[in-house]
Amino acid sequence: MSEIRERKDYSNGPLCLSGRGVTKVFGLGDNRTVAVDHVDFDFHEGEFVSIVGESGSGKTTLSKMLLGLMTPTEGEILFEGKPRDISTGKKRKEYWKGIQAIFQDPFASYNVFHKIDSVLLDCIHLRGGKNLSKKQKVEMMTEACSFVNLKFSELTNKYPFELSGGQMQRLMIARIFLLKPRILLADEPTSMVDACSRATILDMLFELRRETGMTIIFITHDIGLAYYVSDTVYIMEHGRFVESGKADDVILTPQAPYTKRLISDVPKIHEVWDLSTVDLLKEDA
Amino acid sequence: MGKVMLEVRDLKTKYVTRFHEDVYAVDGVSLKIEEGKSLGVAGESGCGKSTLALSLMGYYFPPLHYISGDILIDGKNISGLDPDVVRKTILGTEIAYIPQAAMNALNPTQKIIRFVEDVVRAHDPKARKKEIRERAEARFAELGLPRTVLDKHAVELSGGMKQRTVIAVSTILSPKVLIADEPSSALDVTSQKMVIKMMRELMDKGYIKSMLFITHELPLLYNVTDDIMVMYAGQIVEKGTAREMVFDPIQPYSHGLMGANLVPEDGMRDTKPTAIPGTPPNLKRPPKGCRFAERCRYATEECRTHSVAERPFGEGRMYRCRMSVEELREVYKDE
Repeated sequence: MSEIRERKDYSNGPLCLSGRGVTKVFGLGDNRTVAVDHVDFDFHEGEFVSIVGESGSGKTTLSKMLLGLMTPTEGEILFEGKPRDISTGKKRKEYWKGIQAIFQDPFASYNVFHKIDSVLLDCIHLRGGKNLSKKQKVEMMTEACSFVNLKFSELTNKYPFELSGGQMQRLMIARIFLLKPRILLADEPTSMVDACSRATILDMLFELRRETGMTIIFITHDIGLAYYVSDTVYIMEHGRFVESGKADDVILTPQAPYTKRLISDVPKIHEVWDLSTVDLLKEDA
Repeated sequence: MGKVMLEVRDLKTKYVTRFHEDVYAVDGVSLKIEEGKSLGVAGESGCGKSTLALSLMGYYFPPLHYISGDILIDGKNISGLDPDVVRKTILGTEIAYIPQAAMNALNPTQKIIRFVEDVVRAHDPKARKKEIRERAEARFAELGLPRTVLDKHAVELSGGMKQRTVIAVSTILSPKVLIADEPSSALDVTSQKMVIKMMRELMDKGYIKSMLFITHELPLLYNVTDDIMVMYAGQIVEKGTAREMVFDPIQPYSHGLMGANLVPEDGMRDTKPTAIPGTPPNLKRPPKGCRFAERCRYATEECRTHSVAERPFGEGRMYRCRMSVEELREVYKDE
């Protein structure tokens, strides 16, 4: 077992981000779609939380609301116990010092016109390091890059598209290392990288949590991955949380029928994969 | 031993970039699939899995070029044939291919039945509409697809349904070999299971005689195919039955790959998935020695200078490493 991995109980720690009756409705009349339907959640400091659901379950909509990129139709999001206020640009920028994200597609996460240096410098500036000397800034960037096993001297003056997908995703983590937010929202960060680089990225997330004690919210469709990384798992179906709890309880003794189906449909290695559970004629699947 | 449906001997193909550089994406691949069997190909992105699939069809167009080697389908050599001949006589009847984004390949302005007509008429221009419809309806019913799908447009179908429709349409002429390139990786787990179930049915009912299944997801491969081979930098590094490959991988790269699986099973949380640092070599200038040497933790100076040949062992297994099976098993024990 990895020494990076801690098995502490975070569920009694101070609240970091919570939501009460958070709802998002798209469209009107016949087109009305409830993407997220009155969800309640409590994420604690230092907790590794996973939100698992299939496509169309509303997990990305929820993550956009958590990031403040989308306003909830109804309900309230509390940041560190107080109602979140992001009504002005300045307040929003302040909020983003506390919450940052890594997205699924590393190729779409960067501005193609900006060099890697400026990507990292932006992070230092957001943390209030505008007046530092050039040497100090380079030192900070070098440290961040070496944290993710990249060499800053090889990256400087390069553009993001000159890197491979795995390297880009690691650079994204280097950004997080510089920013040290309270909460990291990771939306499918490993679905576009290979299995062998996936383990490296997960290790870095664990290491980040160990160093800074940040809360990590992991959004994924891969229940095996969620089981491996998280302390707490939330299972989402049609915009609602159908089951939540400690990872071991939810995955090994699932209660909700949806969770049971999700787990039985994942191909396994030590257990038999039963193909008879799916009905080919069911048209909506 | 069954009849050999697909045999490939030392196949080499390359891409030519716009700067006229050669990239050797498939470099000396040999394989055999018997009737009623399926073979899985695993490996990380850029290792040549999809190029292998394209090369096997014998249908080459720039930037992909054929260099050497033989492709035999049911004893008939198709390598080096004219692309037009290949399209008319081989594709669809002898070999069918499902690309990675197959479900995006459906023309949104046409009904599904039109695609079936296209496929059938490419080989039999005089086929009548009514016959084609009867044939399609019978096949769809056998595979558990609702026959109403035939009169729908692609946009009316869900992702999983589209993928299954594409598979049903492309195998309508009962090809001898089906090449499926990541047919289910863009789907949810439940739709993925349905796609796999349908492919199993195709095999069981004899509509396809053999299958080559490409994916990067190993737990899936273990559940779908009889044999698995692992590719690295354009070469096969290990080949064996699915069970042997998952529980007893020999070559250091496939050992690492098998250790990187994550499945929701009891006890999995306490094992650490293996990470393989580094990146694959540039195939414009493949390394002189073992291609995995740069990333291999057991590599010695000899590995970097001497290339390694395929070494057979056990019952029909093969691996590519300088170390012997016993030595490798010994070093894995200490981890």
